[in-house]
Amino acid sequence: MDLRFSDDDERFRAEVRAWLEARLDGDFRDLRGLGGPGREHEAIEPRMAWERELGAAGWIGLGWPAPSGRGASLWRQVIFHEEYAQARAPGRFGHIGEYLLGPTIAALGTPEQKGLFLPPIARGEQMWCQGYSEPGAGSDLAGVTTRADLASGAWEIHGQKIWTSHAHLADWCFVLARTDPTERRHAGLSYLLVPMRQRGVTARPIKNLTGTAEFCEVFFDGARTAAENIVGAPGEGWKVAMATLAFERGASTLGQQIGFAGELAAIIAAVRERSADRDPEICRRVADAWIGLRVMRSYALRVLAHGEQGELPLAGLGAKLYWSTWHRRLGELAMDVLGPEAEIIAGAPYGLTPLQETFLFSRADTIYAGSSEIQKNIIARRALGLPRSS
Amino acid sequence: MRFAFSEEQEEIRRQVRRAIADGGGVLAARRAMLEDAATDLELWRRLTRDLGLAGLAIPEAHGGAGLGWVEIVAVIEELGASLACVPFLSSACLATAAILEAGTPAQHDALLPPMARGEATATLAWLEAGGDASPAAIETAARVAQGDHVILSGTKRHVVDGHTADLLLVTARTPDGAVALYAVPAAAAGVERRRLPTMDATRAQAEIVLSDVHVPASSRLGGGGWPPIGRALAKARIALAAEQVGGAQACLDLGVGYAKVREQFGRPIGSFQAIQHTLADMFVLVETARSSAYHAAWDGEHEPDLEITAAATAAYCAAAFYRCAADTIQVHGGIGFTWEHDAHLYFKRARAGRTLLGSMTDHRDTVARSLGLGPLGTQESR
Repeated sequence: MDLRFSDDDERFRAEVRAWLEARLDGDFRDLRGLGGPGREHEAIEPRMAWERELGAAGWIGLGWPAPSGRGASLWRQVIFHEEYAQARAPGRFGHIGEYLLGPTIAALGTPEQKGLFLPPIARGEQMWCQGYSEPGAGSDLAGVTTRADLASGAWEIHGQKIWTSHAHLADWCFVLARTDPTERRHAGLSYLLVPMRQRGVTARPIKNLTGTAEFCEVFFDGARTAAENIVGAPGEGWKVAMATLAFERGASTLGQQIGFAGELAAIIAAVRERSADRDPEICRRVADAWIGLRVMRSYALRVLAHGEQGELPLAGLGAKLYWSTWHRRLGELAMDVLGPEAEIIAGAPYGLTPLQETFLFSRADTIYAGSSEIQKNIIARRALGLPRSS
Repeated sequence: MRFAFSEEQEEIRRQVRRAIADGGGVLAARRAMLEDAATDLELWRRLTRDLGLAGLAIPEAHGGAGLGWVEIVAVIEELGASLACVPFLSSACLATAAILEAGTPAQHDALLPPMARGEATATLAWLEAGGDASPAAIETAARVAQGDHVILSGTKRHVVDGHTADLLLVTARTPDGAVALYAVPAAAAGVERRRLPTMDATRAQAEIVLSDVHVPASSRLGGGGWPPIGRALAKARIALAAEQVGGAQACLDLGVGYAKVREQFGRPIGSFQAIQHTLADMFVLVETARSSAYHAAWDGEHEPDLEITAAATAAYCAAAFYRCAADTIQVHGGIGFTWEHDAHLYFKRARAGRTLLGSMTDHRDTVARSLGLGPLGTQESR
């Protein structure tokens, strides 16, 4: 056991920190703390410029293999995310391209695709969205019905996607579509790369319960993309989509936890301000939240340390279930600390305080990216080897 | 950055596992808990004489292995998985840490070698009637007597393995109101001890009555008051947390194993989502608790906030074990409610652990105080 970063990694940390501080004290000083889950509507244009700034400095694609990326170790990626969160740098628009599509193309794409897509993503100029979920295919992703047919050198796409983050801002979408209607379920699906800015694509933001809109529904009504804009062979879409998810090795989790720690600190400040610590129950719930966050960090370090050596350990399958449940409880604690003031919003028409945003947006945490129920099914099957439920 | 045990540490773990398996595992614990000593003497002999584990955390200069809490955690996790009835927590963790933290070098020389050799065991007698874990609750008195002696009188309760330990480390209050720790041979005149019958029969507790026990003034360990005792308790809490991880894993294994073979409605019950989700929740508790205990073992030796680290992992692991033990009874259904099945042994061990080295409420209050919230309870500062 040695839970310290190496001296080299600490030097890298200093480099990241210095760069972020210089930019966020300079031209981008108004962007600190903007964007992120529940606040994606904030400062869209300046944050797009920030993406290009990150790209120009070579921070995008840090973990991609060379030559497209810098081939940084998992720990260096972790450090970048930690420093990014610590500096309260703005929420990313480019993360879907960088962390989901980029590694997929780097691993499974053709040389042409690598040349075409990786450089603009790395420059922070090309934004992506993910076309997986559909109205009839949420947890049951294999139920997608969006169709794509190859006709005169292009795929023609018909169908509807939903819960697509940033679709209204994205240049491209990776779409899971059914290309062989004679096959069922996981077979007959393909992984297509589709330009968003064309007739035949309509992205419509969905106002969610926080009153803001960061997810969209996307209608493909005869949208087209070139025949070669497919990752893997036709019919291999499920395999590619699962590979995309497997590239997620949790480099961002410690950064995410720094954000959580900021929320917890705000709650503790509210406790003091309101003298809510006269109530031992509140004190103990705050203690539980603090303990839970510390446990989250221990768990993440252990999983990352194993993941660094290759395969993601089965022990890590509970990570998403754990943090999402913890975060939801944190939001509830925040409201109970505030008492009757919890009800009073920041302003009309529906401006929420940060703690209210935490409370309301955390209801999504246990639903998106695999609901808690799906997470438990996966643990039961893969980690515990329990028989499939029919 | 390395969050894993070394090959040497894994080898210690394997040796412990083998020793436990050779002795019969939980069956050996069932036999031991029926005896007066409540100790699996054969396993203790192997762990101490053959493997030298009683002195795991004792420096080499005093006959120990000179290792640390990461090794302690690896060993005790295995002991917890099989409910081993040995005085490892009380003697090799709690009392060893107390002597190391509170004692002078000369006292280390005098007290630790026989413990390292497995020839003597020790335990910490700190709680009294009412079970209040704060130092303010210590009423046992240390009076000054003639001839450079001290007279101890008072009653200690909930002394882990206190009916068998050769050496009792007794907290007492001196005439000036300070807390002091005395090394008292269990055989000293005026020491009366009896085993308290416990719901968890796998770990014995004793009541120790000290009636004007004369000990030399030099048997006071150091002069540091409560802080070294607090640190020793913190280290023992980390060990207990790791023991609870072992227990929680065993409960998960029992539940998963049973769910795969027990059939109802013509299918294994493990194919039902209600059962799967219960077991998945247990899995998350086990893995998070394990991460926390391992991290605390390392932090305990490298980070300054030992007592907060210990309180946090103690509260979390105690709750995780309890929930896993309770849920494994539920998954087992009727058979899990029988005396014959092991589930209740884990459940009772888990219950006992919630209050063994301070209560879960105490631990959460310690954390809350460290966050500047309170006032809650008494400051552990003397």
